[in-house]
Amino acid sequence: MANITWKMEDGSEISVDVKDGLNLMEAATANNVPHIEGECGGCLSCATCHVFVDPEWLAKTGEVDDIEDTMLEMTDVEREDNSRLSCQIIAAPELDGLVLYVPEPE
Amino acid sequence: MTAPIVIVGAGQAAASFIARHIALGNPQALLLVGDEPHPPYQRPPLSKKYLLGELERERLFIRPLEWYADQGVETRLQTSIVEIRRADKQVVSSAGEVFDYDKLILCTGSHARGLPAEIGGELDGVFTLRSIADIDRMAPEFKAGRHLLIIGGGYIGLEAAAVARQLGLEVTLLEVAERILQRVAAEATSSFFRKLHSDHGVELRESTRLIRLRESGGKVVGAELASGESIDADLVLVGIGGSPNVELAAAAGLDCDNGIRVDATCKTADADIFAAGDCSNFDRNGQQIRLESVQNAADQGDLIAHVLAGQDVTYTALPWFWSDQYDCKLQIVGLNLGHDLTVIRPGSSEASLSVWYYRGQQLLAVDAMNEPKSYAFGRKIIEGGKNPAPEIVADPATDLKSLAMK
Repeated sequence: MANITWKMEDGSEISVDVKDGLNLMEAATANNVPHIEGECGGCLSCATCHVFVDPEWLAKTGEVDDIEDTMLEMTDVEREDNSRLSCQIIAAPELDGLVLYVPEPE
Repeated sequence: MTAPIVIVGAGQAAASFIARHIALGNPQALLLVGDEPHPPYQRPPLSKKYLLGELERERLFIRPLEWYADQGVETRLQTSIVEIRRADKQVVSSAGEVFDYDKLILCTGSHARGLPAEIGGELDGVFTLRSIADIDRMAPEFKAGRHLLIIGGGYIGLEAAAVARQLGLEVTLLEVAERILQRVAAEATSSFFRKLHSDHGVELRESTRLIRLRESGGKVVGAELASGESIDADLVLVGIGGSPNVELAAAAGLDCDNGIRVDATCKTADADIFAAGDCSNFDRNGQQIRLESVQNAADQGDLIAHVLAGQDVTYTALPWFWSDQYDCKLQIVGLNLGHDLTVIRPGSSEASLSVWYYRGQQLLAVDAMNEPKSYAFGRKIIEGGKNPAPEIVADPATDLKSLAMK
Protein backbone atom coordinates (compact mmCIF):
# COMPACT_ATOMS: atom_id res chain seq x y z
CA MET A 1 0.00 0.00 0.00
CA ALA A 2 1.21 3.50 -0.83
CA ASN A 3 -0.46 6.84 -0.33
CA ILE A 4 -0.24 8.73 -3.62
CA THR A 5 -1.15 12.39 -4.13
CA TRP A 6 -1.99 13.92 -7.50
CA LYS A 7 -1.79 17.73 -7.59
CA MET A 8 -3.68 19.59 -10.29
CA GLU A 9 -2.79 22.95 -11.82
CA ASP A 10 -5.83 24.59 -10.21
CA GLY A 11 -4.44 23.70 -6.77
CA SER A 12 -6.81 20.82 -6.10
CA GLU A 13 -5.45 17.48 -4.91
CA ILE A 14 -6.50 13.87 -4.83
CA SER A 15 -4.88 11.55 -2.28
CA VAL A 16 -5.50 7.83 -2.33
CA ASP A 17 -4.09 4.66 -0.78
CA VAL A 18 -3.11 2.47 -3.73
CA LYS A 19 -2.76 -1.30 -3.52
CA ASP A 20 0.71 -2.68 -4.25
CA GLY A 21 1.12 -3.86 -7.83
CA LEU A 22 -1.38 -1.49 -9.42
CA ASN A 23 0.07 1.02 -11.80
CA LEU A 24 -0.59 4.69 -11.12
CA MET A 25 -2.54 5.24 -14.36
CA GLU A 26 -5.08 2.65 -13.20
CA ALA A 27 -5.16 4.21 -9.76
CA ALA A 28 -5.67 7.68 -11.24
CA THR A 29 -8.56 6.74 -13.55
CA ALA A 30 -10.32 4.78 -10.80
CA ASN A 31 -10.14 7.92 -8.65
CA ASN A 32 -11.17 10.50 -11.27
CA VAL A 33 -7.85 12.26 -11.52
CA PRO A 34 -8.44 14.67 -14.40
CA HIS A 35 -6.41 14.51 -17.64
CA ILE A 36 -5.18 10.96 -17.01
CA GLU A 37 -6.83 8.86 -19.74
CA GLY A 38 -4.80 5.67 -20.14
CA GLU A 39 -6.52 4.75 -23.38
CA CYS A 40 -4.10 1.97 -24.31
CA GLY A 41 -4.44 0.30 -20.93
CA GLY A 42 -0.79 0.77 -20.06
CA CYS A 43 0.94 -0.76 -23.08
CA LEU A 44 2.93 2.35 -24.01
CA SER A 45 0.99 3.35 -27.11
CA CYS A 46 -1.02 6.43 -26.19
CA ALA A 47 0.99 8.71 -23.88
CA THR A 48 -2.21 9.93 -22.17
CA CYS A 49 -1.15 9.28 -18.57
CA HIS A 50 1.67 11.83 -18.41
CA VAL A 51 2.67 13.16 -14.97
CA PHE A 52 5.49 15.22 -13.52
CA VAL A 53 7.06 13.46 -10.55
CA ASP A 54 8.06 15.51 -7.54
CA PRO A 55 11.84 15.68 -8.11
CA GLU A 56 12.56 14.33 -4.62
CA TRP A 57 10.74 11.15 -5.56
CA LEU A 58 12.01 10.71 -9.10
CA ALA A 59 14.71 8.12 -8.38
CA LYS A 60 12.30 5.95 -6.37
CA THR A 61 9.82 5.69 -9.26
CA GLY A 62 12.34 3.66 -11.27
CA GLU A 63 14.10 3.90 -14.61
CA VAL A 64 12.54 5.22 -17.81
CA ASP A 65 13.08 2.57 -20.49
CA ASP A 66 13.60 3.30 -24.19
CA ILE A 67 9.97 2.86 -25.22
CA GLU A 68 8.65 5.09 -22.45
CA ASP A 69 11.33 7.63 -23.27
CA THR A 70 10.18 7.70 -26.89
CA MET A 71 6.49 7.81 -26.01
CA LEU A 72 7.14 10.80 -23.76
CA GLU A 73 7.80 12.71 -26.99
CA MET A 74 4.10 12.32 -27.80
CA THR A 75 2.57 13.88 -24.71
CA ASP A 76 0.10 16.75 -25.06
CA VAL A 77 2.04 18.91 -22.62
CA GLU A 78 5.74 18.94 -23.44
CA ARG A 79 7.92 16.62 -21.38
CA GLU A 80 10.36 17.79 -18.77
CA ASP A 81 13.18 16.06 -16.90
CA ASN A 82 10.75 14.72 -14.30
CA SER A 83 8.16 13.43 -16.79
CA ARG A 84 6.85 9.88 -16.52
CA LEU A 85 4.03 7.89 -18.02
CA SER A 86 2.19 6.91 -14.88
CA CYS A 87 1.22 3.48 -16.25
CA GLN A 88 4.89 2.59 -15.82
CA ILE A 89 5.02 3.47 -12.11
CA ILE A 90 3.90 0.53 -9.98
CA ALA A 91 2.57 1.12 -6.47
CA ALA A 92 4.84 -0.29 -3.76
CA PRO A 93 5.47 0.52 -0.07
CA GLU A 94 8.56 2.61 -0.89
CA LEU A 95 6.36 5.03 -2.87
CA ASP A 96 4.23 5.85 0.19
CA GLY A 97 3.88 9.65 0.17
CA LEU A 98 4.65 10.10 -3.56
CA VAL A 99 3.47 13.37 -5.09
CA LEU A 100 2.62 13.64 -8.81
CA TYR A 101 1.79 16.83 -10.68
CA VAL A 102 -0.81 16.47 -13.42
CA PRO A 103 -0.21 18.59 -16.52
CA GLU A 104 -3.29 20.17 -18.03
CA PRO A 105 -3.42 20.29 -21.84
CA GLU A 106 -4.53 23.63 -23.26
CA MET B 1 -38.29 14.17 -14.29
CA THR B 2 -36.11 13.94 -17.38
CA ALA B 3 -35.27 10.41 -18.41
CA PRO B 4 -31.60 9.42 -18.23
CA ILE B 5 -29.10 9.04 -21.02
CA VAL B 6 -29.15 5.30 -21.65
CA ILE B 7 -25.99 3.58 -22.88
CA VAL B 8 -26.53 0.17 -24.44
CA GLY B 9 -23.39 -1.96 -24.46
CA ALA B 10 -20.77 -1.88 -21.71
CA GLY B 11 -17.49 -1.67 -23.58
CA GLN B 12 -14.68 0.79 -24.12
CA ALA B 13 -16.88 3.39 -25.85
CA ALA B 14 -19.37 3.32 -22.97
CA ALA B 15 -16.61 3.65 -20.37
CA SER B 16 -15.08 6.57 -22.18
CA PHE B 17 -18.41 8.36 -22.63
CA ILE B 18 -19.30 7.95 -18.96
CA ALA B 19 -15.92 9.15 -17.68
CA ARG B 20 -16.03 12.25 -19.87
CA HIS B 21 -19.69 12.98 -19.04
CA ILE B 22 -18.76 12.99 -15.36
CA ALA B 23 -15.53 14.94 -15.85
CA LEU B 24 -17.49 17.61 -17.74
CA GLY B 25 -19.87 17.92 -14.82
CA ASN B 26 -22.95 17.18 -16.92
CA PRO B 27 -25.64 16.53 -14.28
CA GLN B 28 -27.88 14.38 -16.46
CA ALA B 29 -28.41 10.87 -15.04
CA LEU B 30 -26.87 7.85 -16.77
CA LEU B 31 -28.05 4.28 -17.11
CA LEU B 32 -25.55 1.73 -18.44
CA VAL B 33 -27.01 -1.53 -19.75
CA GLY B 34 -24.69 -4.39 -20.69
CA ASP B 35 -25.33 -8.02 -21.51
CA GLU B 36 -22.14 -9.38 -19.95
CA PRO B 37 -21.75 -9.79 -16.16
CA HIS B 38 -18.78 -7.36 -16.08
CA PRO B 39 -18.35 -3.60 -16.01
CA PRO B 40 -16.69 -2.19 -19.16
CA TYR B 41 -13.36 -3.92 -19.70
CA GLN B 42 -10.37 -3.81 -22.02
CA ARG B 43 -10.57 -6.38 -24.79
CA PRO B 44 -7.06 -6.09 -26.27
CA PRO B 45 -5.38 -7.97 -23.39
CA LEU B 46 -7.80 -10.90 -23.84
CA SER B 47 -5.75 -12.38 -26.68
CA LYS B 48 -2.50 -11.45 -24.97
CA LYS B 49 -1.79 -11.25 -21.22
CA TYR B 50 -5.18 -12.49 -20.05
CA LEU B 51 -5.03 -15.63 -22.19
CA LEU B 52 -1.45 -16.12 -21.02
CA GLY B 53 -2.73 -16.02 -17.45
CA GLU B 54 -0.62 -13.01 -16.51
CA LEU B 55 -3.44 -10.59 -15.73
CA GLU B 56 -6.24 -11.06 -13.21
CA ARG B 57 -9.75 -10.42 -14.45
CA GLU B 58 -10.28 -7.30 -12.29
CA ARG B 59 -7.31 -5.62 -13.94
CA LEU B 60 -9.17 -5.82 -17.26
CA PHE B 61 -11.92 -3.59 -15.89
CA ILE B 62 -11.44 -0.04 -17.16
CA ARG B 63 -12.74 1.17 -13.83
CA PRO B 64 -13.84 -0.97 -10.87
CA LEU B 65 -17.53 -1.83 -10.67
CA GLU B 66 -17.96 0.27 -7.49
CA TRP B 67 -16.78 3.33 -9.38
CA TYR B 68 -20.03 3.50 -11.35
CA ALA B 69 -22.20 3.49 -8.23
CA ASP B 70 -19.87 6.01 -6.58
CA GLN B 71 -20.44 8.36 -9.53
CA GLY B 72 -24.20 7.87 -9.39
CA VAL B 73 -24.24 5.86 -12.64
CA GLU B 74 -26.92 3.20 -12.60
CA THR B 75 -25.74 -0.10 -14.11
CA ARG B 76 -27.79 -3.01 -15.34
CA LEU B 77 -25.46 -5.85 -16.21
CA GLN B 78 -26.46 -9.22 -17.70
CA THR B 79 -29.28 -7.37 -19.37
CA SER B 80 -29.87 -7.63 -23.12
CA ILE B 81 -31.72 -4.88 -24.90
CA VAL B 82 -33.85 -6.37 -27.66
CA GLU B 83 -35.90 -3.45 -28.92
CA ILE B 84 -35.74 0.31 -29.36
CA ARG B 85 -39.12 2.07 -29.39
CA ARG B 86 -38.09 5.33 -30.98
CA ALA B 87 -41.55 6.93 -30.89
CA ASP B 88 -41.78 6.40 -27.12
CA LYS B 89 -38.04 6.88 -26.50
CA GLN B 90 -37.78 3.57 -24.71
CA VAL B 91 -35.64 0.46 -24.86
CA VAL B 92 -36.88 -2.98 -23.87
CA SER B 93 -34.86 -5.83 -22.36
CA SER B 94 -35.19 -9.53 -23.12
CA ALA B 95 -36.92 -9.88 -19.75
CA GLY B 96 -39.52 -7.33 -20.84
CA GLU B 97 -38.22 -4.45 -18.72
CA VAL B 98 -38.79 -1.04 -20.26
CA PHE B 99 -36.33 1.84 -19.79
CA ASP B 100 -37.09 5.43 -20.82
CA TYR B 101 -34.30 7.40 -22.42
CA ASP B 102 -33.72 11.05 -23.12
CA LYS B 103 -30.73 10.25 -25.33
CA LEU B 104 -29.67 6.77 -26.36
CA ILE B 105 -26.07 5.78 -27.04
CA LEU B 106 -25.52 2.53 -28.87
CA CYS B 107 -22.17 0.97 -27.97
CA THR B 108 -23.13 -2.51 -29.05
CA GLY B 109 -19.71 -3.43 -30.41
CA SER B 110 -19.00 -6.25 -32.81
CA HIS B 111 -18.94 -10.02 -32.69
CA ALA B 112 -16.45 -12.55 -33.97
CA ARG B 113 -17.52 -14.29 -37.15
CA GLY B 114 -17.61 -18.03 -36.78
CA LEU B 115 -17.45 -20.88 -39.25
CA PRO B 116 -20.81 -22.21 -40.46
CA ALA B 117 -22.16 -25.15 -38.46
CA GLU B 118 -22.20 -27.27 -41.66
CA ILE B 119 -18.42 -27.26 -41.77
CA GLY B 120 -17.94 -27.77 -38.06
CA GLY B 121 -18.18 -24.27 -36.64
CA GLU B 122 -20.22 -25.41 -33.64
CA LEU B 123 -18.24 -28.48 -32.62
CA ASP B 124 -16.81 -28.80 -29.12
CA GLY B 125 -13.28 -27.48 -29.07
CA VAL B 126 -13.94 -24.72 -31.61
CA PHE B 127 -13.58 -21.21 -30.23
CA THR B 128 -13.80 -17.57 -31.19
CA LEU B 129 -12.15 -14.83 -29.18
CA ARG B 130 -13.96 -11.64 -28.25
CA SER B 131 -15.01 -11.70 -24.59
CA ILE B 132 -13.87 -12.68 -21.12
CA ALA B 133 -16.26 -15.64 -21.33
CA ASP B 134 -14.59 -16.80 -24.58
CA ILE B 135 -11.18 -16.82 -22.89
CA ASP B 136 -12.46 -18.45 -19.72
CA ARG B 137 -13.85 -21.28 -21.87
CA MET B 138 -10.77 -21.57 -24.02
CA ALA B 139 -7.87 -21.02 -21.59
CA PRO B 140 -8.20 -24.39 -19.77
CA GLU B 141 -7.69 -26.10 -23.15
CA PHE B 142 -4.43 -24.24 -23.80
CA LYS B 143 -2.21 -27.01 -22.44
CA ALA B 144 1.38 -27.71 -23.44
CA GLY B 145 1.70 -30.37 -26.10
CA ARG B 146 -1.78 -29.94 -27.56
CA HIS B 147 -2.21 -29.00 -31.18
CA LEU B 148 -4.02 -25.72 -31.83
CA LEU B 149 -5.30 -24.98 -35.29
CA ILE B 150 -5.95 -21.30 -35.98
CA ILE B 151 -8.17 -20.32 -38.88
CA GLY B 152 -7.27 -16.83 -40.08
CA GLY B 153 -4.02 -14.87 -40.10
CA GLY B 154 -5.27 -11.56 -38.76
CA TYR B 155 -4.16 -9.89 -35.56
CA ILE B 156 -6.34 -11.98 -33.24
CA GLY B 157 -5.11 -15.24 -34.74
CA LEU B 158 -1.48 -14.14 -34.65
CA GLU B 159 -1.70 -12.91 -31.06
CA ALA B 160 -3.30 -16.19 -29.99
CA ALA B 161 -0.60 -18.11 -31.86
CA ALA B 162 2.06 -16.24 -29.91
CA VAL B 163 0.40 -17.01 -26.58
CA ALA B 164 -0.09 -20.65 -27.52
CA ARG B 165 3.58 -21.08 -28.43
CA GLN B 166 4.59 -19.43 -25.16
CA LEU B 167 2.41 -21.98 -23.35
CA GLY B 168 3.98 -24.87 -25.25
CA LEU B 169 1.22 -25.79 -27.70
CA GLU B 170 1.87 -26.90 -31.27
CA VAL B 171 0.33 -24.30 -33.56
CA THR B 172 -0.76 -24.47 -37.19
CA LEU B 173 -2.27 -21.35 -38.71
CA LEU B 174 -4.23 -21.37 -41.96
CA GLU B 175 -4.68 -18.26 -44.06
CA VAL B 176 -6.80 -18.45 -47.19
CA ALA B 177 -5.23 -15.33 -48.74
CA GLU B 178 -1.76 -15.27 -50.25
CA ARG B 179 -0.32 -13.81 -47.10
CA ILE B 180 -1.22 -13.20 -43.47
CA LEU B 181 -2.49 -9.67 -42.64
CA GLN B 182 -3.22 -9.20 -46.36
CA ARG B 183 -6.38 -7.18 -45.75
CA VAL B 184 -4.79 -4.75 -43.30
CA ALA B 185 -1.08 -4.42 -44.03
CA ALA B 186 1.61 -4.22 -46.67
CA GLU B 187 3.70 -7.15 -47.83
CA ALA B 188 6.65 -6.03 -45.69
CA THR B 189 4.57 -6.11 -42.51
CA SER B 190 3.19 -9.55 -43.42
CA SER B 191 6.71 -10.81 -44.06
CA PHE B 192 7.94 -9.47 -40.74
CA PHE B 193 5.25 -11.36 -38.83
CA ARG B 194 5.60 -14.49 -40.98
CA LYS B 195 9.26 -14.67 -39.97
CA LEU B 196 8.52 -13.86 -36.34
CA HIS B 197 6.01 -16.70 -36.05
CA SER B 198 8.05 -19.18 -38.08
CA ASP B 199 11.04 -18.46 -35.85
CA HIS B 200 8.85 -19.28 -32.86
CA GLY B 201 7.76 -22.59 -34.35
CA VAL B 202 4.31 -21.75 -35.72
CA GLU B 203 3.46 -23.64 -38.89
CA LEU B 204 2.09 -20.89 -41.10
CA ARG B 205 0.21 -21.98 -44.18
CA GLU B 206 -0.87 -19.21 -46.52
CA SER B 207 -3.01 -19.65 -49.65
CA THR B 208 -4.58 -22.55 -47.80
CA ARG B 209 -8.30 -23.13 -47.84
CA LEU B 210 -10.21 -25.02 -45.19
CA ILE B 211 -12.93 -27.33 -46.49
CA ARG B 212 -14.32 -28.51 -43.16
CA LEU B 213 -13.40 -29.38 -39.62
CA ARG B 214 -13.36 -33.08 -38.79
CA GLU B 215 -15.10 -34.44 -35.73
CA SER B 216 -15.34 -37.44 -33.51
CA GLY B 217 -18.26 -37.70 -31.09
CA GLY B 218 -19.15 -34.05 -31.51
CA LYS B 219 -15.63 -32.83 -30.76
CA VAL B 220 -13.24 -31.35 -33.28
CA VAL B 221 -10.27 -33.59 -34.14
CA GLY B 222 -8.82 -31.91 -37.19
CA ALA B 223 -9.44 -30.29 -40.54
CA GLU B 224 -9.71 -31.17 -44.17
CA LEU B 225 -8.01 -28.80 -46.60
CA ALA B 226 -8.78 -27.93 -50.21
CA SER B 227 -5.53 -29.64 -51.19
CA GLY B 228 -7.08 -32.89 -50.00
CA GLU B 229 -4.72 -32.99 -47.06
CA SER B 230 -6.01 -33.73 -43.59
CA ILE B 231 -4.49 -32.31 -40.43
CA ASP B 232 -5.08 -33.19 -36.80
CA ALA B 233 -5.96 -30.68 -34.09
CA ASP B 234 -7.06 -30.83 -30.46
CA LEU B 235 -8.67 -27.41 -30.56
CA VAL B 236 -9.48 -24.75 -33.14
CA LEU B 237 -9.57 -20.98 -32.88
CA VAL B 238 -11.49 -19.14 -35.58
CA GLY B 239 -10.14 -15.63 -36.16
CA ILE B 240 -11.71 -14.54 -39.41
CA GLY B 241 -12.83 -11.05 -38.49
CA GLY B 242 -15.72 -9.34 -36.83
CA SER B 243 -19.14 -8.02 -37.75
CA PRO B 244 -20.85 -5.03 -36.17
CA ASN B 245 -23.78 -5.63 -33.83
CA VAL B 246 -26.45 -3.67 -35.68
CA GLU B 247 -29.57 -5.84 -35.34
CA LEU B 248 -31.08 -3.63 -32.64
CA ALA B 249 -30.51 -0.43 -34.61
CA ALA B 250 -31.58 -1.93 -37.93
CA ALA B 251 -34.82 -3.27 -36.45
CA ALA B 252 -35.56 0.25 -35.21
CA GLY B 253 -35.24 1.56 -38.76
CA LEU B 254 -31.86 3.25 -38.32
CA ASP B 255 -29.65 3.32 -41.40
CA CYS B 256 -27.12 0.46 -41.18
CA ASP B 257 -24.49 -0.50 -43.74
CA ASN B 258 -21.45 -2.24 -42.26
CA GLY B 259 -22.30 -0.54 -38.97
CA ILE B 260 -24.77 2.06 -37.77
CA ARG B 261 -24.42 5.15 -39.95
CA VAL B 262 -23.54 8.25 -37.95
CA ASP B 263 -22.53 11.82 -38.78
CA ALA B 264 -19.41 13.65 -37.65
CA THR B 265 -20.93 14.06 -34.17
CA CYS B 266 -21.64 10.28 -33.92
CA LYS B 267 -25.37 10.99 -34.24
CA THR B 268 -27.66 8.70 -36.24
CA ALA B 269 -30.50 10.03 -38.38
CA ASP B 270 -32.54 10.07 -35.14
CA ALA B 271 -31.39 13.19 -33.25
CA ASP B 272 -31.75 11.38 -29.91
CA ILE B 273 -29.69 8.31 -30.83
CA PHE B 274 -25.91 8.11 -31.12
CA ALA B 275 -23.56 5.24 -31.88
CA ALA B 276 -19.91 4.78 -30.94
CA GLY B 277 -17.15 2.23 -31.31
CA ASP B 278 -17.02 -0.99 -33.33
CA CYS B 279 -20.71 -0.73 -34.25
CA SER B 280 -20.53 2.71 -35.87
CA ASN B 281 -19.95 3.54 -39.51
CA PHE B 282 -18.80 7.03 -40.33
CA ASP B 283 -17.29 9.23 -43.00
CA ARG B 284 -13.55 9.85 -42.89
CA ASN B 285 -12.20 12.08 -45.62
CA GLY B 286 -14.92 10.99 -48.01
CA GLN B 287 -14.70 7.26 -47.22
CA GLN B 288 -17.33 5.39 -45.21
CA ILE B 289 -15.43 3.36 -42.66
CA ARG B 290 -15.88 1.28 -39.55
CA LEU B 291 -13.03 0.67 -37.13
CA GLU B 292 -12.62 -2.05 -34.54
CA SER B 293 -10.20 -0.39 -32.17
CA VAL B 294 -9.84 0.95 -28.67
CA GLN B 295 -8.83 4.35 -29.99
CA ASN B 296 -11.97 4.71 -32.07
CA ALA B 297 -14.28 3.46 -29.33
CA ALA B 298 -12.71 5.69 -26.68
CA ASP B 299 -12.54 8.79 -28.85
CA GLN B 300 -16.10 8.45 -30.17
CA GLY B 301 -17.47 7.87 -26.66
CA ASP B 302 -15.54 10.90 -25.48
CA LEU B 303 -16.84 12.99 -28.37
CA ILE B 304 -20.49 12.18 -27.64
CA ALA B 305 -20.05 13.38 -24.05
CA HIS B 306 -18.80 16.71 -25.39
CA VAL B 307 -21.67 16.88 -27.90
CA LEU B 308 -24.27 16.19 -25.20
CA ALA B 309 -22.66 18.85 -23.03
CA GLY B 310 -23.52 21.30 -25.81
CA GLN B 311 -20.09 21.64 -27.36
CA ASP B 312 -19.60 22.18 -31.07
CA VAL B 313 -17.15 19.36 -31.88
CA THR B 314 -16.73 16.81 -34.65
CA TYR B 315 -14.84 13.55 -34.94
CA THR B 316 -11.43 14.00 -36.55
CA ALA B 317 -9.25 11.74 -34.39
CA LEU B 318 -6.25 10.07 -36.00
CA PRO B 319 -6.60 6.28 -35.69
CA TRP B 320 -3.97 4.21 -33.91
CA PHE B 321 -3.66 0.54 -33.04
CA TRP B 322 -1.27 -1.86 -31.42
CA SER B 323 -0.51 -5.55 -31.15
CA ASP B 324 1.88 -7.51 -28.94
CA GLN B 325 3.27 -10.82 -30.15
CA TYR B 326 6.12 -12.53 -28.26
CA ASP B 327 8.60 -9.70 -27.64
CA CYS B 328 7.43 -7.70 -30.62
CA LYS B 329 5.43 -4.54 -30.15
CA LEU B 330 3.59 -3.42 -33.26
CA GLN B 331 2.26 0.12 -33.20
CA ILE B 332 0.24 1.57 -36.05
CA VAL B 333 -0.77 5.15 -36.62
CA GLY B 334 -3.11 6.35 -39.35
CA LEU B 335 -5.15 4.35 -41.85
CA ASN B 336 -3.44 2.91 -44.90
CA LEU B 337 -6.69 2.68 -46.88
CA GLY B 338 -6.07 3.70 -50.49
CA HIS B 339 -2.27 3.75 -50.31
CA ASP B 340 -0.36 3.42 -53.55
CA LEU B 341 3.20 3.36 -52.22
CA THR B 342 4.92 1.76 -49.27
CA VAL B 343 8.36 2.62 -48.00
CA ILE B 344 10.42 0.46 -45.68
CA ARG B 345 12.54 2.16 -43.08
CA PRO B 346 15.15 -0.17 -41.61
CA GLY B 347 14.95 -0.48 -37.85
CA SER B 348 17.58 0.09 -35.22
CA SER B 349 18.03 -3.69 -34.92
CA GLU B 350 17.38 -6.76 -37.06
CA ALA B 351 14.14 -7.37 -35.18
CA SER B 352 12.73 -3.95 -35.94
CA LEU B 353 11.31 -2.19 -38.96
CA SER B 354 8.75 0.40 -39.97
CA VAL B 355 6.53 0.57 -43.03
CA TRP B 356 5.31 3.95 -44.22
CA TYR B 357 2.21 4.18 -46.41
CA TYR B 358 1.70 6.97 -48.94
CA ARG B 359 -0.99 7.99 -51.38
CA GLY B 360 0.83 10.12 -53.89
CA GLN B 361 2.93 12.46 -51.78
CA GLN B 362 0.62 12.21 -48.77
CA LEU B 363 1.76 10.15 -45.78
CA LEU B 364 -1.22 8.08 -44.58
CA ALA B 365 0.00 5.62 -41.98
CA VAL B 366 2.95 3.89 -40.35
CA ASP B 367 3.34 0.29 -39.13
CA ALA B 368 6.13 0.27 -36.55
CA MET B 369 7.53 -3.09 -35.43
CA ASN B 370 9.71 -2.64 -32.34
CA GLU B 371 10.25 0.90 -33.59
CA PRO B 372 8.45 3.21 -31.15
CA LYS B 373 10.26 6.20 -32.63
CA SER B 374 8.67 5.59 -36.03
CA TYR B 375 5.29 5.34 -34.34
CA ALA B 376 5.67 8.37 -32.07
CA PHE B 377 7.25 10.68 -34.61
CA GLY B 378 5.19 9.24 -37.47
CA ARG B 379 2.14 10.25 -35.48
CA LYS B 380 3.49 13.75 -34.95
CA ILE B 381 4.38 14.04 -38.64
CA ILE B 382 0.88 12.96 -39.75
CA GLU B 383 -0.84 15.13 -37.14
CA GLY B 384 1.25 18.07 -38.29
CA GLY B 385 0.10 17.50 -41.88
CA LYS B 386 3.67 17.06 -42.99
CA ASN B 387 4.49 14.78 -45.88
CA PRO B 388 8.20 14.01 -45.95
CA ALA B 389 9.39 12.55 -49.24
CA PRO B 390 9.45 8.75 -49.21
CA GLU B 391 13.19 8.57 -49.89
CA ILE B 392 13.89 10.77 -46.87
CA VAL B 393 11.86 8.49 -44.61
CA ALA B 394 13.53 5.39 -46.06
CA ASP B 395 16.98 6.71 -45.18
CA PRO B 396 17.86 5.34 -41.74
CA ALA B 397 20.16 8.34 -41.23
CA THR B 398 17.15 10.68 -41.27
CA ASP B 399 16.32 11.95 -37.79
CA LEU B 400 12.57 11.46 -37.46
CA LYS B 401 12.29 13.87 -34.59
CA SER B 402 13.58 16.70 -36.74
CA LEU B 403 11.03 15.79 -39.44
CA ALA B 404 8.27 15.97 -36.84
CA MET B 405 9.45 19.33 -35.52
CA LYS B 406 10.14 20.99 -38.86
